[in-house]
Amino acid sequence: MTAPFDPRPPTEHQFLLDGRPVPFTEGQTILQAARAAGLYIPSLCWDPRFAPHGSCKLCVVKAAGRHVSACATQAREGWEVESSTPEINDMRRGLLQMLFVSGEHFCPGCEKSGHCKLQALGYEFEMLGPRFPHFHPQRPVDASHPELVLDLTRCVLCELCVRASREVDHTDVFGVEGRGIHKRLVVNAPSGQLADTPIAATDLAARICPVGAILPKGRGFAVPIGERPYDRATIRAPIPGEEDTP
Amino acid sequence: MSLRPKPRIATVSLGGCFGCHMSLLDMDEQLFELLDQVELDRSPLTDIKTLAPCDIGLIEGGLCNAENVHLLQEFRVRCRILVAVGACAINGGLPAQRNTRRLGDCLREVYQFRPGLVHGQIPNDPELPLLLDQVRPLHEVVQVDYSLPGCPPSGEALRKFISDLLAGHPPRLTDGLLHYD
Ligand code: SF4
Ligand code: SF4
Ligand code: FES
Repeated sequence: MTAPFDPRPPTEHQFLLDGRPVPFTEGQTILQAARAAGLYIPSLCWDPRFAPHGSCKLCVVKAAGRHVSACATQAREGWEVESSTPEINDMRRGLLQMLFVSGEHFCPGCEKSGHCKLQALGYEFEMLGPRFPHFHPQRPVDASHPELVLDLTRCVLCELCVRASREVDHTDVFGVEGRGIHKRLVVNAPSGQLADTPIAATDLAARICPVGAILPKGRGFAVPIGERPYDRATIRAPIPGEEDTP
Repeated sequence: MSLRPKPRIATVSLGGCFGCHMSLLDMDEQLFELLDQVELDRSPLTDIKTLAPCDIGLIEGGLCNAENVHLLQEFRVRCRILVAVGACAINGGLPAQRNTRRLGDCLREVYQFRPGLVHGQIPNDPELPLLLDQVRPLHEVVQVDYSLPGCPPSGEALRKFISDLLAGHPPRLTDGLLHYD
């Protein structure tokens, strides 16, 4: 039997994502290759501008019989990768339920609502209820900065602000302290207050938060309910004007 | 004609604002279709005060006081399917925003030190239900079978959810009906 005709240039490889061929180049991750091919694998802590962080695990897929993070796993020739299966989507729903109870996510009182990636992922994976008991973290709200509010009860520790301030803004405003259940975002100033750092509302670190932990002051609930990005579109579609959040 | 009795539905508002019940009324003429299919038991809409064994219990609001807890436990015992309706039932909602403060501080702030109060004092009538130190969502106290989010869920989301339950399949909120606010 002759091999079927293969239209790919000889250096290009491919794997299968839920049965669909995805081309990739050496060194590309499963997530990078899938997005480049216009196929959706969910993500929250991943941003194409930075090295993968691998913390949210929402990009979990099954490759070569193992569960791996698609954002941090390099694609391999011939892999059959499972992503949108009932089993994996159940796992993702469980991860979302953990993220929601680990902070204070009272969406009706959050200015990020309708623009929030965590909320949009909850919609995408049909998360209806909480399943786990609420953690109720006791963390401060920092309103010291004239242009920004930092509400750490909503932080999902994706470290996008840490990476943006270190690698793009070169201000090193944010860091992470503690381990396990005590892990939290800290502000890099002797006072621990945002007002005592060089951060400005125009910095990428101030705009990149995918949830309502870092918010601009003075905007409030500017867009009416029903007209906000995720009232209309699902998280699968990139939203014009919201490119700063991954 | 079917001889089977109609499914019974009971509803209650615990630590909520009645917004979810307003959404029930917001079903407009579809409420009549629903009422053809079901029998309403205890509910603010019927003013029946006792709870018979029911097929579905719809609970609005979280747990702010001891009376809320007792009512929820009674609903759990009497209802085959218990649904947490709305943000407050699901995560405590607006009332739970007091959880970061001490209860005594909240009471003093509102009833003693609020500007304009003359002879302010914290209400202590024994008829008043005892407040919980923290507002809790339903699932932290009883087994909840389904959650219907929204603040409030729309009339259409309520209609879809209830008709899925009546049809005997797990309720789904698709086509933009799922909202957390
Ligand atoms: S951060 Fe997102 S999920 Fe959390 S309360 Fe705000 S809108 Fe809701
Ligand atoms: S503040 Fe926002 S961007 Fe920074 S780690 Fe927390 S969730 Fe991520
Ligand atoms: S996107 Fe891969 S772990 Fe967060």
